[in-house]
Amino acid sequence: MSDTQIRRHTIIAWLEDKPSVLNRVTGLFSRRNFNIESLNVGHSETPGISRMTFVTLGTGRDLQQVTTQLDKLINVVHICDVTSEPAVVREMALIKVTATSQTRGEIMQLVEIYRASVVDVDMTSLIIQIVAPEDRVNSLISLLGNFGIEEMVRTGRVAMVRGNSSHGHNHGAREWTEVAPVDASLPVEQNGYH
Amino acid sequence: MSELKTGGQIIWESLIHEGVDVVFGLPGGAILPTYDDLYKYDYPIHHVLVTHEQGASHMADGYARATGKTGVCLATSGPGATNLITGLATAYMDSTPVVAITGQVPISLLGRDGFQEADIRAISMPVTKHNYLITDIKDLPAALKEAFYIARTGRPGPVLVDICKNVQQMTMEFTYPDTVYLPGYKPSLLTPDQDVIGRVAQLINEAQRPVIIAGQGVSMAKAENELRTLAEKANIPVATSLLGIGTIPATHPLSISWGGMHGEAYCNYALQECDVLFAIGARLDDRLTGAFSTFAPKANIIHVDLDPAEMGKNLTIHTPVVGDALMTLRALLPHVEPNEHPAWLAQINEWRAESVERDILTQETDELVAPYVMRQLWYATNQGDATIVTDVGQHQMWEAQYFNHTKPRSLLTSGGLGTMGYSLPAAIGAQIAKPDEEIWVVAGDGGFQMTMPELSTVMQERLPIKIAIINNGYLGMVRQWQDVFYNKRYVGTPLYNPDFVKIAEAYGIPGRAVTSKDDVYEAIRQAQMTDGPFLLDFQVEEFTNVYPMVAPGKSNADMIRRGHPIENQGA
Repeated sequence: MSDTQIRRHTIIAWLEDKPSVLNRVTGLFSRRNFNIESLNVGHSETPGISRMTFVTLGTGRDLQQVTTQLDKLINVVHICDVTSEPAVVREMALIKVTATSQTRGEIMQLVEIYRASVVDVDMTSLIIQIVAPEDRVNSLISLLGNFGIEEMVRTGRVAMVRGNSSHGHNHGAREWTEVAPVDASLPVEQNGYH
Repeated sequence: MSELKTGGQIIWESLIHEGVDVVFGLPGGAILPTYDDLYKYDYPIHHVLVTHEQGASHMADGYARATGKTGVCLATSGPGATNLITGLATAYMDSTPVVAITGQVPISLLGRDGFQEADIRAISMPVTKHNYLITDIKDLPAALKEAFYIARTGRPGPVLVDICKNVQQMTMEFTYPDTVYLPGYKPSLLTPDQDVIGRVAQLINEAQRPVIIAGQGVSMAKAENELRTLAEKANIPVATSLLGIGTIPATHPLSISWGGMHGEAYCNYALQECDVLFAIGARLDDRLTGAFSTFAPKANIIHVDLDPAEMGKNLTIHTPVVGDALMTLRALLPHVEPNEHPAWLAQINEWRAESVERDILTQETDELVAPYVMRQLWYATNQGDATIVTDVGQHQMWEAQYFNHTKPRSLLTSGGLGTMGYSLPAAIGAQIAKPDEEIWVVAGDGGFQMTMPELSTVMQERLPIKIAIINNGYLGMVRQWQDVFYNKRYVGTPLYNPDFVKIAEAYGIPGRAVTSKDDVYEAIRQAQMTDGPFLLDFQVEEFTNVYPMVAPGKSNADMIRRGHPIENQGA
């Protein structure tokens, strides 16, 4: 990877579910001047551990800084860049679009083509839900723009590496659940620290 | 069933478990229950009352830098806690292990803008390695255990524990935990892989013009001997960073002093010309490197640091090595072949001779200049057998240039944050940690006044600190920038100073003003012979500037030297 070429990276981080952990992460992003495009946090399969997916734009060096600085936060348990991994990458969007009796049929056609769904109907509008890779979400939104978008919410990208990959679960969850408490009563030198 | 303890008792007993015997602090409403427990239970911990909480955090920092142990400071909520911030930021930038304990308003008032409430967890987040807000006494023992563990391990740093007032009053059965559970924190005594070590050794063995840069990480890892062995085995000149001063004696034949914005010219020439640069335990910040892209342009840069985030943060690193300084040097030494580098060392000696020739001390002058004071101080302290705590500015650079530090941890200075006002409180912390050490504050007249009220702490603790004020009537380094970059428009830099000797007298500290070169050595001796503290007010020539100087954003190759046209315009 070239150091100077700017690329979009998808990164997953596992965080201890502790007070203000998100504050620590976003504070770091802003303090280090990292360029974050989207960020999504929720529960992971392990109780007490949250999973964050974020997208950052930068060079190889930028990426190295993002991951190593983030990894230094005490509550960040594990971090991996899945950009070049075979991964399922999705985003969800809810789009409230203006729909009259004349345009409703055409919108429904688009919904079908995009394998989106209509989750709410009103006399003057529809709420459309789409779960898809980001570019398909973008494409549908741009088409629906022709009918008038009244409101929209997007979750940002979430990602999961396919199959029995060395990333994600094995390198993540199992590693932290198996970490033994460190005997901190020993003198530092004996514990291996200065 | 063991007896119930209050949160306040738990704090003190945890500190005792961590081997703490002194804390620096100032009480207030939200921390009073904890202070009260210190009184009631008479714990064997000495509380040093400061005049301003910034002093407390600097003292904890100075205590830690002088010893390598973790320093502890204590403050109340709101302004007490926010006053600690400058000291914590200073400690964070220079990787000093400090634990700060602050009182917080009771839980019932949290988030309601109660009296003396400040969200110190959020405020301190960017300047601490980690922090805690404790709202439940059950979390208190583990948080304190973790705070000390995090502060001193890996790359050290400050940790703040904010404790609600009512938590200090609650009770629980207390046992101090033996273990910490921090799944996201795995500092380890890293030894780089054999193949990395092999590659580094090969680069060093094949180098024609190698240079080592040693930083503070070498001292933290107690790897000074290994560093010296490496240098001597292969005859490699050793430069240091500002904080790395003392890792190799400045009088060692292979020492080439320190580099960067105000480093020795010959050192900067060596750094610019070297073909292999072995940087260890230094973070290579902009004050050392000059413009990043122009630093050591001919070198394969090997960067050894235990913090992976330092790899390539500023420079393009050809050979990054994530590892502990001691472990790395130990692994490396057997693979490094003896070498002579006669031509390279001769070249450096030539540059060195030229630097000496242009040195202000070589040029005869009757005027009292700070470099002369620093050199006399070095002679008077048996050639460096003292700890010097400097403030920030011109005097800081002159101290580093003219006081030849010969032992580790003998220069305490705020390198990263550049905190004026650091010296006096940090020296108090250092003197309390090392009662028998000769400790000198070297401060400018501007910075000294920022924390001058801590003179009362000096007297209260009966500390024999010697103070040398380098008094030129200006915020000197800022004035120097105005000289060079702002066409001598001296806005905001001339100082209206008090009579420092009278100030000292008011605190019961003897002092003396020195205006003549002839009196310098004798005045220093007088300070040394006096039991207890002593203040010397060196009224030096006003317009002397620090050289060499690299303009910010410029290459270290473009040094402004003494005798340079810009300097000749000087007043």
